[in-house]
Amino acid sequence: MNTTAIDTAPPAPSDYYSLTEAPPRNGTLLGFWIYLMSDCFIFASLFACYAVLGTEYAGGPTGAEVLDLPGLAVNTALLLVSSVVFGFAMLEMQRLKKGAMLGWLAIAGLLAAVFVSLEIREFLIMIAEGAGPGRSAFLSSFFTLVATHGLHVTLGILWLIVLMVQTVKFGLNEDNVRRMRCLSMFWHFLDLVWVGVFSYVYLVGVVR
Amino acid sequence: MNQPSPSHAVPHDGRDPMHEHQGSLRGYLTGFVLAAILTVIPFWLVMGNVIANKQLLILAILALAVVQIFVHIVYFLHLDTRSESGWNMMAFIFTAVLVIIVLGASIWVMYAENANMMPMSSQYEQNAISHQPTTRHPTR
Amino acid sequence: MLEAMPHRSAIMNFLFGRLTLDSLPFLANNAEGRILLVTLAVVVIIGLAILGAITKYRKWGYLWHEWFTTVDHKKLGIMYMILGTVMLLRGFSDAIMMRAQQAYAFGPEMGYLPPQHYDQIFSAHGAIMIFFVGMTYIVGLMNYIMPLQIGSRDVAFPYLNNLSFWFTFGGAILFMVSLFIGDFSMAGWLGYPPVSELQQGPGVDYYIWGLQLSGVGTLLTGINFVVTILKMRAPGMTLMKMPVFTWTSLATSGLIIATFPVLTATLFLLGLDRYAGTHFFTDGFGGNLMMYINLIWIWGHPEVYILILPLFGVFSEIVPTFSGKPLFAYSSMVYATIAIMILSYLVWLHHFFTMGSGADVNSFFSLTTMMIAIPTGVKIFNWLFTMYRGRVRYTVPMLWAMGFLFTFTIGGMTGVMLSVTPADFLLHNSLFLIAHFHNVIIGGVVFGVFAAVNFWFPKAFGFKLDEFWGKASFWFWLVGFWVAFGPLYVLGLMGVTRRLSHFDDPSLQPYFIVAAFGAFLIALGILTFVIQIYVSIMRRKQYAVGGDPWDGRTLEWSTSSPPPEYNYAFIPVVHHRDAWATMKNLGFTRPQGGYNDIHMPKNTATGVVIGALSFACAFGLTWYIWWLAALSLLGVIVVSIAHSFNYHQHHHIPADEVRRAESGSNHVTAAQGASA
Repeated sequence: MNTTAIDTAPPAPSDYYSLTEAPPRNGTLLGFWIYLMSDCFIFASLFACYAVLGTEYAGGPTGAEVLDLPGLAVNTALLLVSSVVFGFAMLEMQRLKKGAMLGWLAIAGLLAAVFVSLEIREFLIMIAEGAGPGRSAFLSSFFTLVATHGLHVTLGILWLIVLMVQTVKFGLNEDNVRRMRCLSMFWHFLDLVWVGVFSYVYLVGVVR
Repeated sequence: MNQPSPSHAVPHDGRDPMHEHQGSLRGYLTGFVLAAILTVIPFWLVMGNVIANKQLLILAILALAVVQIFVHIVYFLHLDTRSESGWNMMAFIFTAVLVIIVLGASIWVMYAENANMMPMSSQYEQNAISHQPTTRHPTR
Repeated sequence: MLEAMPHRSAIMNFLFGRLTLDSLPFLANNAEGRILLVTLAVVVIIGLAILGAITKYRKWGYLWHEWFTTVDHKKLGIMYMILGTVMLLRGFSDAIMMRAQQAYAFGPEMGYLPPQHYDQIFSAHGAIMIFFVGMTYIVGLMNYIMPLQIGSRDVAFPYLNNLSFWFTFGGAILFMVSLFIGDFSMAGWLGYPPVSELQQGPGVDYYIWGLQLSGVGTLLTGINFVVTILKMRAPGMTLMKMPVFTWTSLATSGLIIATFPVLTATLFLLGLDRYAGTHFFTDGFGGNLMMYINLIWIWGHPEVYILILPLFGVFSEIVPTFSGKPLFAYSSMVYATIAIMILSYLVWLHHFFTMGSGADVNSFFSLTTMMIAIPTGVKIFNWLFTMYRGRVRYTVPMLWAMGFLFTFTIGGMTGVMLSVTPADFLLHNSLFLIAHFHNVIIGGVVFGVFAAVNFWFPKAFGFKLDEFWGKASFWFWLVGFWVAFGPLYVLGLMGVTRRLSHFDDPSLQPYFIVAAFGAFLIALGILTFVIQIYVSIMRRKQYAVGGDPWDGRTLEWSTSSPPPEYNYAFIPVVHHRDAWATMKNLGFTRPQGGYNDIHMPKNTATGVVIGALSFACAFGLTWYIWWLAALSLLGVIVVSIAHSFNYHQHHHIPADEVRRAESGSNHVTAAQGASA
């Protein structure tokens, strides 16, 4: 092994060990961000399927025939407003105004719930018209991608309710503040994915 | 009112989650207005039949979507080079590059497969449909 | 659509889905049934013996409190290694059955395995070896070593770490259950359509849900490890002072995050095709089975680098330690790791050159494939130059490292041969390919795991492994590997294709007999490994070692063997690469007092419960037992929410307890280490 001559006194323990106990660093926010990045790959796979299979109508209805643009406009508006309302809730949280925060959260959750119900209604209408997910590869990839996004929103609403209960019960403690920040990222992330959905799946789907 | 004590709100790694890359009302409203504009334009382009050239129209929709995604990232997700010592940004760039590879290369590969291997695609489908009216598992 | 069994009552269908007595293959009155019955009997007897022993010695409480509910990364690492070894035995029995069949089934002789059984065996062999042996082993190694190497007390999310293990375990159990209840996929280890779309029965569904469970576990592990490495390094350990194993863990975890979601999505779509009648990969209705192959390899190619990178890290720790020198060209090793990580995402199409993407696409992926050999070559040369002019100690880990260098280099070169598209058109799906990937996976991953086990076992248990049996195991494996797969290279060049259960041409038989003999030698290698563990446990007093038995270079050797629950009484401060080697050179002494209270996570049963519920859900989905699937999914959600109501997930180890533990430990002080 290396034989560096030691001609000085050995270093003090404090040079090589922290003699005081530093509190552990919390990695939740970074970890949640990385989880969102991994979720991007689920959506990327589904988008890739839609890109490849989205024109395979198999003699069935085309995008222009079944996709409902006015309904889409309403849904897009709902989600965007919900996203910015969630931002207002975060601002209230920073001012430690729990009541106002919960109020904005309730509005954000309600908007998202309306979004999900409208989406389900759209699906049911399409299925009733014979344009269900089993009709063609186009419809399979359409339903799967949009429903996966919708499922994320649904889980987000569930999480929102749980977190609201926890905030009421335990207050804006350190853990709840951290969870709020994670949920906020999740909420905005889903709006971001929706930009891809309404642009590529619906608008491009109608055009091509 | 169950407010946390000041000492409780400061996390262990010395930074305050209450104030790290926080949003502001102005930021959220700016993002909202920009996003709304960037949403209205593609809807208008499609529903108003503004651009006749299909490819140009698709390109315009996609370009606006990319711009809007960045608006969301900056104004809503507050991604910057400082948060988490830059690791958020690094993870985002890594993801963006690989997602572009997944999407771009899949489309390229599958387009080439279809062009080379399924030259009579539409006719093939017609046959497939007439021969398999309902069953998913035609064999057995 | 998914009605279960038409010939029985609705209530039975509701309760049992499509599960009937006919689904139990060991009740069948034929050769297969009898083989399975004997296997089942052996499994049941061994299982009962183990359960009985645990009950008799009253170890259930110990297992539950100390192991099943643990959030300690070291214990979870050991559990992963045990799971990997059990699954290795299962996967290897599949292998030896195939080798026996192929050595035997020529001309009029059809062998002892009917084709549909043979197809299940090769599918199970591949899937088990990759997901439940390879992945389980590398996750186990990273779990054990990485937090110690970065001077941390635990991973960033200890509870998630426990949950990940139980997800993986649930997937493994589901694969094992398929042996006795129902059948397994016949669609190969990647479940290609159209076979995976058309095969009736639960086989492919077992495959899908087993992989989904373990895939979720692996993804959570990847996120956990990335955050651990980025946030929890000891003070002073900048990125370029991290040990190379930690670097490769980071790269592998990054790849896991970027690829396992693609696998989850792809299998999800295959599942939708099977369960919900969609048309992603079907023949007709616009479905495109080539898209499945494209997507699964977007996961599949990075996956092989996910497997090998941590073992590159293992060799980068072992070679310097036993050469008594720092690693040659540390930074080029790091950059090569990063280059491999990125490039591995750009080569997937080389798995299906022959599918017909055309010359331009094929050329692009051919070039990227050749390019990835460059950083890999850099690594090989770095290890060689580390040994050059070093004082090499030929210990068992070092033998494995040298066996790896020799074997893996040849495997890598046959890989470059396959990357040449015109050559691939001849060699695709031939036994040459089989020989190639076993060459890199056995020569790289398996040899690396054995090297790592021999190297870090003393750290984990406080005693060394037996040298004689270790060397025996190494030589059986090395020779056995070449005897088993050398003939397959030759056969592949002669045009013999993979996955055949019977051959007509008797002139091929001698090669297969030699290959079967090689598999027998590998079996001896596994047997001697088990003997090595047994003998070492018996002689554990004699083989007891201190904290630093190999004159190690990185931080994990600076704590006792086995390390205490909290890893380090004082968190190390890092100034140099090879932090521990430098500290020893400076004649450093450990602080002997002034201990602090240590903040540690509490154990939790949530991981076990969610793992069990997910297993029940997957089993219900496989057998169309919808009530079971729905209830257990609901259970997962309820338990997760309940877990989030527990805000007190930490406890303190008092300073007194730390003092007691430290005074009784077998620490080496730096001064002792340096003089050793």
